[in-house]
Amino acid sequence: MPATIRLQSADFDAAAEAALLTRGRTDIGAVVTFTGICRGSEAGAPIAAMTLEHYPGMAETEIARHVEEAEARWRLLGVTIIHRHGRLVPGDNIVLVVTAAPHRGDAFAAAEFLMDYLKTRAPFWKQEERPDGTVWVDAKSADDAAADRWAKQRQAAE
Amino acid sequence: MSVKLLYFAWVRERLGRGEEVVEPPAGVTTVADLMAWLAGRGEEYAFAFENPKVIRAAINRTHVKASAPIAGAKEVAFFPPMTGG
Repeated sequence: MPATIRLQSADFDAAAEAALLTRGRTDIGAVVTFTGICRGSEAGAPIAAMTLEHYPGMAETEIARHVEEAEARWRLLGVTIIHRHGRLVPGDNIVLVVTAAPHRGDAFAAAEFLMDYLKTRAPFWKQEERPDGTVWVDAKSADDAAADRWAKQRQAAE
Repeated sequence: MSVKLLYFAWVRERLGRGEEVVEPPAGVTTVADLMAWLAGRGEEYAFAFENPKVIRAAINRTHVKASAPIAGAKEVAFFPPMTGG
């Protein structure tokens, strides 16, 4: 299965990336495209910008490992993941996950699985520029719970 | 044994550096030992590693627990819980 993983400071075009996965193919029946976007406020406080730091080398490897796991769990025909780093302003794209499959169930599940893991296991850190200064974003327990349920599901299936 | 250390996010900011090479003494055998040893190297280290429970680690670019042995590690990274996506 072709998988594309890119870490870049440049923007991406979600529609163009999805079209690349399906071009010339008739076996794909479902494409799910998820785009994470930088919000202009968090819990009521305005955010001027966000800077994403990452661990080059490890980030690619870690994402690739999770793409392999997604391939093992669902029937997929293509995956594209693009994660931006550097300084982003509200409205900017942050992350793209595209999954292609014969049927929608696999495409939806794999896209959600990959996003949940990107949030909690991929070595990226967000720093927000708020009116009172810059702060590193705290990990959210809701994100950990979202990632944990996939491990539980897997244990239950085994 | 010399080992390359990498620091990210607020761990990096508190230390004022992103990487360095250190030679931990014998007896420093796990990631937890390494954090305890680093915490004793100066004020900024004490600040960065004041609460080792919240710091995550990777050895040779793979996530590990604090109990993991560091024997054979070329690169050890310390960072806060991840907030990507």
